[in-house]
Amino acid sequence: MERIPILKMGDFLLVTIQVDLYDQLAENLETDLVNSVKKHNSKGVLIDISSVSIIDSFMGRILGNIGIMSRIMGAQSVIVGMQPAVAMTLVELGLTLTGVSTALNVEKGMELLRSKILLSEGQSDDYDNDTE
Amino acid sequence: MTTILSKEDFIIVKEQDVVPFRNKVKEAAVKIGMGILNQTKLITAASELVRNLLKYGGGGMVIIESVNNGRENGIRLIFADKGPGIADVSLAMKDGYSTGKSLGLGLPGTKRLVNEFDIQSTVGMGTTVTIIKWKNG
Ligand SMILES: Nc1ncnc2c1ncn2[C@@H]1O[C@H](COP(=O)(O)OP(=O)(O)O)[C@@H](O)[C@H]1O
Ligand SMILES: [Mg+2]
Repeated sequence: MERIPILKMGDFLLVTIQVDLYDQLAENLETDLVNSVKKHNSKGVLIDISSVSIIDSFMGRILGNIGIMSRIMGAQSVIVGMQPAVAMTLVELGLTLTGVSTALNVEKGMELLRSKILLSEGQSDDYDNDTE
Repeated sequence: MTTILSKEDFIIVKEQDVVPFRNKVKEAAVKIGMGILNQTKLITAASELVRNLLKYGGGGMVIIESVNNGRENGIRLIFADKGPGIADVSLAMKDGYSTGKSLGLGLPGTKRLVNEFDIQSTVGMGTTVTIIKWKNG
């Protein structure tokens, strides 16, 4: 079965989607990413979709799920490089990727990811203090 | 009057047929010089409808046509299955309505993405969805 490779870079997981998505492939990516976050205790997930030329409601929902699942497991996620035509099409389709952070490119995405992690660590520290 | 310039059939029976089918639609759109945004809208619509045809209709056939309306060229796609059909089409056309635990955006979203949209469905007989995206539509 075809799978999208997941690269581990320190505390981060990096995914570059270089083929066109179809349902099974997107579902496999969701499962694999969730497993990888758990296995490596990753703090951040960066998904580069700059080569993806179409995203429909099914694949869009999976991208949203990845964001939600990552957060539940304590990781932040950012999607980078969405083509303008893809973004406009998603809006007309009626899919708002709420809860998904996006950035223009990998560099900007990394910056965003780092600041999101800092922010969430600040929050969880407060939480620890309260409960201790 | 819509005239057909070229026509091709595509049998869809499994998920592996979807990517090659989407590529065929793209090819046809590129051939008539459709811009990237309209191409993306058309292929996204096609992706939604082909999933419905597989998931709910149990597979079927898609006809890809290049058409002309006297002013410009466009791509017409006809999705036909012999599945269970849809009892209440106007309900199925509502945003968020799904019997498949998904987002329920396929039909209404597709309608927004294309220039012409027609759905014919008979319970027990099947469903046919026809869409047209004009080159500059
Ligand atoms: N080809 C079809 N055959 C039978 N039922 C269909 C077909 N296409 C759509 N439907 C019905 O219409 C509903 C809405 O479809 P759609 O808008 O694509 O949303 P979703 O696929 O997320 O359910 C489906 O849940 C299904 O009940
Ligand atoms: Mg659908």
